[in-house]
Amino acid sequence: MMARLPSSTSGRCYCLLLVLLAVAPWIVRWTDQPFLLDLLSRGLILAIAATSLNLIMGFGGMVSLGHAAFIGIGAYCVGIPAYYDLYNGWLHLGLTVVVSAAFALLTGAVSLRTKGVYFIMITLAFSQMIYFTFVSLEEYGGDDGLVIYLRSEFPDFLTMQGPIALYYWIFAVLLLTLFLVHRLIHSHFGRVIVGAKHNELRMQSLGFDTYRYRLTCYVISGVICGLAGLLLGNFTGFISPEMMSWIRSGELIFMVVMGGSGFLFGPLVGTGAFVFLEQYLPEFMKFLNPSWLEYWHLPFGLLLVLLVLFGKGGIHGMLSKLDSRTRQSDQ
Amino acid sequence: MTKPLLRICGLCKSFGGIVATDHVELDILPGIIHAIIGPNGAGKTTLIAQISGALKPDTGQIEFNGHDITSLSAPRRARLGLARSFQVTSVFLPMTVLENVMLAVQGADGHSYRFWRPVHKDPEMLDKGMAYLQQVGLAGRARHTAAAISHGEQRQLEIAMALAMKPRLLLLDEPMAGMGLEESARMIGFLAKLREQTTILLIEHDMDAVFTLANTLSVLVHGSVIATDTVKNIRANPEVQRAYLGEGHA
Repeated sequence: MMARLPSSTSGRCYCLLLVLLAVAPWIVRWTDQPFLLDLLSRGLILAIAATSLNLIMGFGGMVSLGHAAFIGIGAYCVGIPAYYDLYNGWLHLGLTVVVSAAFALLTGAVSLRTKGVYFIMITLAFSQMIYFTFVSLEEYGGDDGLVIYLRSEFPDFLTMQGPIALYYWIFAVLLLTLFLVHRLIHSHFGRVIVGAKHNELRMQSLGFDTYRYRLTCYVISGVICGLAGLLLGNFTGFISPEMMSWIRSGELIFMVVMGGSGFLFGPLVGTGAFVFLEQYLPEFMKFLNPSWLEYWHLPFGLLLVLLVLFGKGGIHGMLSKLDSRTRQSDQ
Repeated sequence: MTKPLLRICGLCKSFGGIVATDHVELDILPGIIHAIIGPNGAGKTTLIAQISGALKPDTGQIEFNGHDITSLSAPRRARLGLARSFQVTSVFLPMTVLENVMLAVQGADGHSYRFWRPVHKDPEMLDKGMAYLQQVGLAGRARHTAAAISHGEQRQLEIAMALAMKPRLLLLDEPMAGMGLEESARMIGFLAKLREQTTILLIEHDMDAVFTLANTLSVLVHGSVIATDTVKNIRANPEVQRAYLGEGHA
């Protein structure tokens, strides 16, 4: 992957983007804007979650409106042990993986029996179930949430303490996720997932039990999203059921679609654009006219609509138009 | 007498009030091309769908190679050696021709729970895929996307994918549909050669093709088989002429 430079314009852009993200802490220190590192950290965590959603939605055609549930699960897998003064990072990590996988397996086993709108509705229903479960758990703060006083504790060389260490944790998980998804979609398994998106009946007639393959893919995606939740819990130091509300799930879909659904780097650039707009559009509106500040959602929504209408393939789609020669897509 | 490869007993299927399959009894012997003809709406595709497992019959039994497969899922049947091509071309349009066949090669290999090695860098997979493309004469198109090749070529690709499943019984649902004369002739020649490799159950509207290719013919009318015989005898059968070949022949 790193052996040679990518030949396409979009590929070079993504390489440059990853290099910039790798040196971001220095840029931030140099420009003396510590707040930027917070923004980047949050953006990259959401990018991990969006990339995991892209795996099932973009490559597998499974549009889930409940993916934020896994963010919440990951976050509570840090928060609840922390509530009992258990800060061991391996415990948090193991718990996140096991609980996310179990939740994905149980809910996926049911929801993957359905397709299209029904799948959207069932994933939404499951995420609302777990949302209200946590709202009603008074012991863990109910809808007020929980404060996490200390970050997950890992051995020194893997520490999360301090904003820069945490940033690199997040960046490393993002890189691993991108690499994993890249390998996955080109593997035997991935071809089955992509094939089932295009024509499930045909895949079955080729001898593939598409339901099982999809369920496996759903579990992998859920675990990755759970890890994003673990990072988010550590990053914010405060967790609440709001993290897994369906609005968060909808935003994840937006990020994927904005960036380019079904393309490896789509969710990363989509999340970047989303977080950037969310942050700076209000300020821009305020700059235009101070009384417009609270209406920033209006141009935000319009931008999203325009992007979906005219930017086929999202930001990635526009970037790949720059490529001088037509390349094969990831699909 | 040889044992039938596929045996269908008392198969029935209705959709609401419409009887699509009506007590079908059918034996397909190994090593031949067995054609099913019948007017539009006779239930030919419904029958294929039940054999391949895409549809569940209401009653009746399907035996394949001596085993009852009536309750098996479509993927299980495909892995047992029942491959199917579709009446409406259903290849994977965004993928390349080679990728399409390689998916079928994967399907024949058993499970695909292999998560790491890229398929397109696996020389064995590529060789196998190319071999099947060569067989149907599509090797030159391997790198094109399936959407970019002609309709006739897509039909050939369908067959290549079905062949890559290493089928014991090949179910072909109107392989010549929508093809030009020249393409049809080429396909007929190809299917004739294929007879040595596998048993074929052929559904086709093109009577020339059927009479050239088939060893045995079954005539399906209103969901039931009214006659099964050699091509010569079927052509002479007055009941078949009345029901299917039209008044002109009667």
